[in-house]
This record gives sequence, structure tokens and C-alpha cells, in this order.
Amino acid sequence: MCLLRELYGSGVEKLRIEQHNFTTPSNKKLEISTISSNYHIEVNPSDVGIQDRVVIQELIKTVAQVNQLDSSQRDFKVVILTEVDKLTKDAQHALRRTMEKYMATCRLILCCNSTSKVIPAIRSRCLGIRVAAPTVEEITQVLQNICKKEGLTLPVELARRIADKSQRNIRRAILMCEACRVQQYPFSADQEVSLPDWELFLRETANQIIQQQSPRRLLEVRGRIYELLTHLIPPDVIMRGLLQELISNCDGELKTEVVQSAAFFEHRLQLGQKAIFHIEAFIAKFMAIYKRFMEDNIADLF
Amino acid sequence: MHPFFKAREPGQSTSKEKADKIDKDSKPTRKHIPWVEKYRPRTVDDVAHQDEVVSVLKKSLEGSDLPNLLFYGPPGTGKTSTILAASRSLFGHEMMKTRVLELNASDERGINVVREKVKNFAQHSASGTTPDGKPCPPFKIVILDEADSMTSAAQAALRRTMEKESKTTRFCLICNYVSRIIEPIASRCAKFRFKPLAEEILCNRLKDICDKENISYEEEALKALMYTSEGDLRKAITYLQSASRLKGEESISKQDIYEIAGVIDDGVIDNLIKVCRSNSYEKVEKEVKEVIFAGHSASQIIGQLHDKIVQLEDLGDKQKSVICEKLAVVDKCLMDGADEYIQLMALLSIMMKQMSL
Ligand SMILES: Nc1ncnc2c1ncn2[C@@H]1O[C@H](COP(=O)(O)OP(=O)(O)OP(=O)(O)O)[C@@H](O)[C@H]1O
Ligand SMILES: [Mg+2]
Repeated sequence: MCLLRELYGSGVEKLRIEQHNFTTPSNKKLEISTISSNYHIEVNPSDVGIQDRVVIQELIKTVAQVNQLDSSQRDFKVVILTEVDKLTKDAQHALRRTMEKYMATCRLILCCNSTSKVIPAIRSRCLGIRVAAPTVEEITQVLQNICKKEGLTLPVELARRIADKSQRNIRRAILMCEACRVQQYPFSADQEVSLPDWELFLRETANQIIQQQSPRRLLEVRGRIYELLTHLIPPDVIMRGLLQELISNCDGELKTEVVQSAAFFEHRLQLGQKAIFHIEAFIAKFMAIYKRFMEDNIADLF
Repeated sequence: MHPFFKAREPGQSTSKEKADKIDKDSKPTRKHIPWVEKYRPRTVDDVAHQDEVVSVLKKSLEGSDLPNLLFYGPPGTGKTSTILAASRSLFGHEMMKTRVLELNASDERGINVVREKVKNFAQHSASGTTPDGKPCPPFKIVILDEADSMTSAAQAALRRTMEKESKTTRFCLICNYVSRIIEPIASRCAKFRFKPLAEEILCNRLKDICDKENISYEEEALKALMYTSEGDLRKAITYLQSASRLKGEESISKQDIYEIAGVIDDGVIDNLIKVCRSNSYEKVEKEVKEVIFAGHSASQIIGQLHDKIVQLEDLGDKQKSVICEKLAVVDKCLMDGADEYIQLMALLSIMMKQMSL
């Protein structure tokens, strides 16, 4: 946003949300909402799942073909595509020549969490700008600035503890800070920083897996995973959370093995359709590994 | 504004559009053209390094005939440029509009389109003279750029069309992966592989551009460009332009290029290997998180790790092979979109185990 403001002046702040409708070749109707101003348009094409290619094709062409009305400032528009790493390969291919052809009227800014999932042909066409996550110190600083503007006093220790738990994510840190504010004000330096509900829930789930390894427990755990999924917690986040919780309960030797199977099942999860199968398979596998290990150890004792 | 971001100022794309644009409003936008487009080869002779293709194409240009073509090779090696240049020299700028149909992945290319659009275009026979009476080749060209994203059904539909219209139309398919093109199509075309550009040629091209744009640079910087671009001239040029925006009048150094290309500092990689030696899962995990938070991409990390591991002296061949095998698996998984943190941990925990043997 700041970059855009530099380019076009305050005009870009006149935002509007629009619904765009597309029809796929197979006559399916798609709807996607975009945020746009006279100068730019922001879309998250992965919102429409595997039909994203159509959106890319149509949207960019319409934007690119309409020339800037008042071309006093810059003679190109900016299209911001977010979560490019979630685009299908198809859609990424669709971007390739479009980017080159319409360079006169339209520039793309692609945002993604990692370039690993962007095809080389696209990477070759872009200038990569790495945006590092803020350090704990920076987050602490930001939190203090915000609180000052809001007229609150935030003890340094608390700010630091929130930053520690924020996983280096500023949005998360700010939300957590707000939650603390609701909990108790004035702040105290040692007040509890609560994690989001679902994280606690996930931690509990991991504990249950550690406590007992049996088909029955597996069934119970499955219910809990379903609950997380229905609250739209992304499956890879669940996997990562589970892995971290489980690993902290394992011995050195075991850790390697567990990580390997997590890597295996998470990969499967990305390829497959139903996340629950793969998460459950991982849990079952973990139970098996863990149980065998415990039994071996007990046998060694005697 | 930070000069870095000026790299992509208003500019223009294919020469065709450029010409259109300059006619319409002769605004002085010229100086803002991205260099990739500015230095796109205008004639077949300009295309560097792809001698085989160039010589065949030139022969056909003399005889004013073309076979069906299939170009394949990695990004930024001149495929699109070559065919555009060839059709320009065959038909000249004006005729190109009526004689050349360019379809790429951004156009809808299902079966129906192949049937309708290509057929309609191909059906009308082309005369051997231009409207103003000069002789020109009596055929049309259909360019299917980025053909590897066409479904195989659409490709199959193309087969018949290709044969039926062979009198009036030549097809040129372009793709990165030749294995995505179905065999019956591939066998109807003269195949040309576009090689990644050799260092020497990259170097000359870049020097050329530097001279024309009045840029000062250090020799080392060019070396860094060779290394980071991996034979992809477009990438090299983009990096060069960004670097020159970044530095302005100053001369470009190796460090600038690495910074722009997203190469990870050697220290970071060494550190990863060091924590693996510590045989502590917690330490490894902390370091991996650190690297990911810093915004480095996992594929870049494993690429550089690989370079380092192969050279490690204190690891046996057996251990190296185990690690490299895992590396390959991780690479594939990352391509499929698996989680970076989990994959990296899986790789590093194997390394940890192998190193403590
Ligand atoms: N062999 C070459 N000779 C001269 N310039 C080249 C060559 N290869 C690439 N370039 C430069 O790189 C730019 C991009 O090349 P081009 O569009 O032809 O790549 P491509 O092979 O079609 O890539 P992709 O597979 O990504 O479509 C050109 O504008 C030109 O500046
Ligand atoms: Mg191309």
C-alpha cells in the first residue's frame, strides 16, 4: 500500500470492494471479490480453488486492456495477486506470457510466503524481494508504539513476552495484545499471555495421543481434528502444530523417525483431497512408533 | 522513493505493441522500457547461442518455407523471441497481424478453441503476395506458446488440424518440458532444444548491455550473475537492471547481485550444517525456524546445502549418498507444495543422524 501511495498519490486510498463474475468454459459461474481503486486491483485468486486460471486470464486481460484514464501520473496499473504460492500450476502458466505482453499497461505484484511453489518460468520474469519476518525486538517496539498511540501503558516485559509467543507475526502479536487488554487493564508485567483457543486445543490433543495409544483413542482424536478442520484451521498448520507438540515428548532417536513420517504424510496431504485421512494416518503411525519404542524400553528395563 | 523500486517503471512489451503505442501517443516513455524487452533479439541473427535452430531457420527463411516446429528448453533462453523474430522477417511488421496467430497459456485453449479458432484461422488460404504486390511466403503461422499447459485432449485435437491444414499453415509449439507434449504431435514437428546460455555468451551480452546503458560494474559481479542466473538470460538481465537501479552511478558489486538474486549468505548455510553436528534436535529446530522467518525459500536453502555437502571432507560417500537421496525426496515434496518447515526438519534430522555416525 505504501508503495502504491508513492506511485499514485492518495487516489489509491479510495478503495472499493467489487464482486466480479466469471463464467468458466464449462459454464460454471464463479464469483470473486476484489479490492480496487482507480489505479490498482487486489485479488486473491486462490479463493476460487482450482478454477483460478480463469480468473487470472480474464481479470488481467480486462485490467490490462483498459488504459489508464488520467495518464498524468503513471501509465500502468498495478495488479496485486496475493497467495501466489497457492495458485495451481495451470494458473501460473497462464500468467507467463500475459506478464510480458501487457507490461505496457499493467504491472503485477505477486505476494507469497515462499517461492518454492512458484514455477521457474514466473520467477525468471520477476524481481524477487525477500521480506523477512520482524525480529522479536521489532515486534516489541511496534507493540509499544501502538499502545502509546492508544494511550495505554504497556510494560516492556509484557510486550516482549507477547512478541515471543507471536511466532514473529505482527498481526498475531497485535491481536494477542488486544486480548490481553480485554483480560486486564492496567497491564501487569507478569499477566498471562493467552494463546488462541485452537492452539490450546491442539496441544491438548497432542497430550491425549501421548497418554494412550489405542484404536479407541485414535477415534477420539479424530473427532478433535475434525473439529479443528471445521473451524477452518488449515491442515498444514494442524500438522505442523501436532508435530511440534509430539516431538517435544520424544527422545532423540525417535525424533528423526517421527519427523520423517510427518514429512511423508504432509506431502501426501498436499497431493490428496481429504486432509483428515492423512492427518489421521500420521497420528496412527506416530502411535505405532511411540508404542513400540516405549515397549522396547520397558523390556530393556527388565 | 527508494531507487530500488524504480526498476519496473512504465515500459513496454513486445515490439509489436511498442510500435502501436508509439504511433498513438508519442510520449517519451522510451527510457523506461525494461531491458529484457529492450534487448529482445529483433532478428534471428541476434539470437545468441542457439546455433542449430538459427541455421535451420535461416535456411528456411531463404527458401521462404518452414517445417512445423517444436521449441523446448528452460525459461529465458530465447524461444519466444526466436519465433517472433523469424515471423517478423518472413512477413514484415504489417503482415504479421493477419498471418500469425499467437496463442499462449493466457488464452483459453480447450479443445473447442483449438477446433474453432485455429481451424478458422488456418482455413483461408494465404496468397503468395502482400496486398501491395510484393512476394511473401504463401502460408500462415500458428504459434502455440507455453504449449505444455495445454491438456492432452486439446493436443490430440490438434493432430488432425495440423495435418489437414499443412498446405497453408505452419505450427510452432513452444514449451519448457518436452515430455508434456504428446508423442503424435512431437513426431510431426522438427524439434529444437534451447540450451541454457553458456557463461561466455551471457557474459558478452551483459557486457554489451552495460556498455550501452553506461553502467560500471566489477568483474566479480558478472561472475555472480553467471552463477545466479543458471543460463537464463532474462533472469540475468532483470537482476542487472535492478542492481543498476539500486546503485545508480556507483559500480555494481558481487554482493549486490547476490542480494537481489536471493542467494543466502554462506554463513547461514554453514551454520545449519554446524547445528546438525551438534546432534541436538532443539538446536536444529531453532535454526530452521530462524532461517524460514528470515524469508529464505526452502528450495534455495536445499540447493545451497547440496553444494556444501558434496564438498564436506569428513563425510563418507555412503553418508553423503544417504543425505543426497533425502535431499532429492525433499525437493520433490517441496515442488508438490509440501510444508517447508516439516520438510527441512526431515532433511536436517537425517543429516544429523548421518553426521553422528
Ligand atoms: N538466445 C538469446 N539471445 C538473445 N537474447 C536472449 C536469448 N535468450 C533470452 N534472451 C533474452 O531474454 C528475454 C526473454 O527471452 P524469451 O522470452 O525468448 O524466453 P523464453 O525462452 O520464451 O522463456 P519462457 O520459457 O519463460 O517463455 C529476451 O527478451 C532477451 O532479452
Ligand atoms: Mg516464452
